[in-house]
Amino acid sequence: MNLGLSDEQQFLRDAAADAFSRVKTVEAAREAIEDDSALPNMWPTAAEAGWLGLLVSEENGGAGLGAYDAMLIAQEAGKVLAGVPLLGALPASMLLDMGGSDKTEAVAAGELKASWLPACPPSSLEPRWTVEPVEGMARPDAPAATVDGDSVTFTGTVGWAPDAGEAELLVVIGVDSSGEPVAAAVDADASGVTVEADWRYDATRRLATVTLDGASGTKLDLGAEQIARAWYLVQALIASESVGTMEAALEVCLEYAKERYTFGRAIGSYQAIKHGIVEILRRLENSKSLCIYTGFAFSDKPDEIAYAASCARSVAGAGLDFTARQQIAVHGGIGATWEHDAPLTFRRAQLNRRLVGGHGMSTDRVADELLNGRGPVVSVG
Amino acid sequence: MDLNDTPEQAEYRKEVRAWLDANKADAPILQGEGALTDPDEILVAHRAWQGKLAEGGLAGATWPKEYGGQGIGPVESVVISQEMQEAGVPGILDVIGVGMLGPTIIAHGSEEQKQRYLGPLLHADEIWCQMFSEPAAGSDLAAVQTRAKHNDDGTWTLNGQKVWTTNAQFAAYGLILARTNPDIPKHKGMTMFIVPMDAEGITVRGLRQISGEAEFNEVFFDDVVIDADSVVGGEENGWGVGLTTLMFERLAIGLGSSSFGYRATRFAEAIVADPVAASDHEVRHNFGELASELEAIRWTGYRSISALRDGQIPGPEFGLAKVTTVNCAVRAGDLIADIIGPEALDEESEWAYMISFLPGLKSAGGTEEILRNTIGERVLGLPPEPRLDKGIPFSELRAKEKEGAPA
Repeated sequence: MNLGLSDEQQFLRDAAADAFSRVKTVEAAREAIEDDSALPNMWPTAAEAGWLGLLVSEENGGAGLGAYDAMLIAQEAGKVLAGVPLLGALPASMLLDMGGSDKTEAVAAGELKASWLPACPPSSLEPRWTVEPVEGMARPDAPAATVDGDSVTFTGTVGWAPDAGEAELLVVIGVDSSGEPVAAAVDADASGVTVEADWRYDATRRLATVTLDGASGTKLDLGAEQIARAWYLVQALIASESVGTMEAALEVCLEYAKERYTFGRAIGSYQAIKHGIVEILRRLENSKSLCIYTGFAFSDKPDEIAYAASCARSVAGAGLDFTARQQIAVHGGIGATWEHDAPLTFRRAQLNRRLVGGHGMSTDRVADELLNGRGPVVSVG
Repeated sequence: MDLNDTPEQAEYRKEVRAWLDANKADAPILQGEGALTDPDEILVAHRAWQGKLAEGGLAGATWPKEYGGQGIGPVESVVISQEMQEAGVPGILDVIGVGMLGPTIIAHGSEEQKQRYLGPLLHADEIWCQMFSEPAAGSDLAAVQTRAKHNDDGTWTLNGQKVWTTNAQFAAYGLILARTNPDIPKHKGMTMFIVPMDAEGITVRGLRQISGEAEFNEVFFDDVVIDADSVVGGEENGWGVGLTTLMFERLAIGLGSSSFGYRATRFAEAIVADPVAASDHEVRHNFGELASELEAIRWTGYRSISALRDGQIPGPEFGLAKVTTVNCAVRAGDLIADIIGPEALDEESEWAYMISFLPGLKSAGGTEEILRNTIGERVLGLPPEPRLDKGIPFSELRAKEKEGAPA
């Protein structure tokens, strides 16, 4: 049994940390709240580092690496709140590659910016493919898809898609008349496509609401399970990113709890503060364990991907929520002001918990998998 | 990332599996269908099974060979527990003796003590109990008041009370932490002894828990005289010896039973049995949260094994696994009993038993609060709380405490 990182994985992680250190990501996260232009464009960073082709097979010009490798980069991004387009670009590149798109090589090379429009696979409580609503609790059906040979025409709206605003190519998932999922690559400037780029609360997270009104694209040769994989990949990436953000916040809390004195002693000596910080550690370690499981499921246990990735998003999502609030509490009043970076963590956590299904949907998915006998198969040796 | 055994581990696993295949027919049934119910019968059968495991090299396998063990590492000992679980056979009877007290004697005992006690302990011919905690010494274990006075003929006389003593009702021997010098600071004035549990003046009284069962005991000592050679690890070195035992306890809790059998799949069955519950948003949300945390603990266990394999000490995730497990199980018990209703609290119900058991488990082996202090201080480097008992002779400290307490 060996769950440690390989030399290649350590190199990949260190290279990501190095790439982010050259951009003042945390400062940008703060300034961009008031000035859109302050947010650095991280697409070129991702292209230069080779991340846009990370999950693309080698014969299509990619690195042919796995989900866990991508998660390591997401974790580094999360540490410094880097607005890098992993959540849109990585699932898009994976689906284009698996679906046999002739645009895969250009996407892997960073010459064509592709982004995925989130579509959530059915569960026993919600037995249909759904997409993010623009507002409210009712989840709309995935766009209606009409297939004509290699061409697919979509009608429908997808809310709050990460990174789609800058994309030149959209990987769209809809459902045909029998409710089966259909994926296609649609040019962002094709007729019938309206992209409203926007963001909310966390300025590092560029989002877009995409309306398709008879917009056509090229069909990708993908089955339901492959299409669903993109959803779980993004759950895993958000979980890993959250792990990075929690790790960074823990360090900040520890430093302050050791140097800040009240009533003649460091505040970290008080149990109320100490136990709250240990609770961050507990949730962080649990999240890390589940990220390892998710990486393992992607590489070795495809039947457990849905369960593992949902476990990871559920625990890491709730963990980041807790951490963001605890970080403010440890710092007292100053933690709730712009004098400190804690509000940036808080903004990230607030948007995260509502993004791509929110971590609540993953929590329900964990229950759904277990209650329908699709939990883990535990065997040893 | 690789969950598979190394070739050596695979070879060892094959040996263990072969032994279990050949011998599992002799294992007593302690749970489920056909389980033994008479406590005396259970004791006899479980003792015999431990003896068998010891002969096969599966009990105390991490002990050195010269004392009856196999000298294997922690990863191989995990292989043993996995294979025993797979084979559906019970583990050893004297988990505390073999896992904690034997290793303490191996580390600190005299050669005579090792030769006399370790063999019968390993084979369950003599069961052992651990007598550290007292009514006023739990989290603050160094506050023990049980007194051992040196007699002129070299023997010692014990007076005091111990509590939470598992297996004391049928133990042959116990390891007891007692105060031998109250006039020096509290961590320094203690000594560890071996006590024969049939000595005159010892009274064992079952301590009933919420469920009504007595899984552990109170033990009273009234002028109990023990031999001069019963000291373990030297006079006034009791704290150091005790820390060794507690280190083995943490290892045992972490490696052997961090999930205590509380698996999400077991809870899922109970929820599925009620179709309304299985499609209720709140039930699903609660269940999803606790199930994913329990899943994390399974992988935390794998991480620990992976770290041990690489010769590293498992990290902080290891110590917090118990907190997660117990709190998730508490939530699961509440959730399932809410679904079933009062019927879940039938005395015979597995859920009533679980619900009754958990509040005590929360404090067992160190309360959640103490665990969080320890990890906050040792792992995260946070400063300890100021203490008022450092450097003060124990007798003075006690006098001060009495002064401070309301009349």
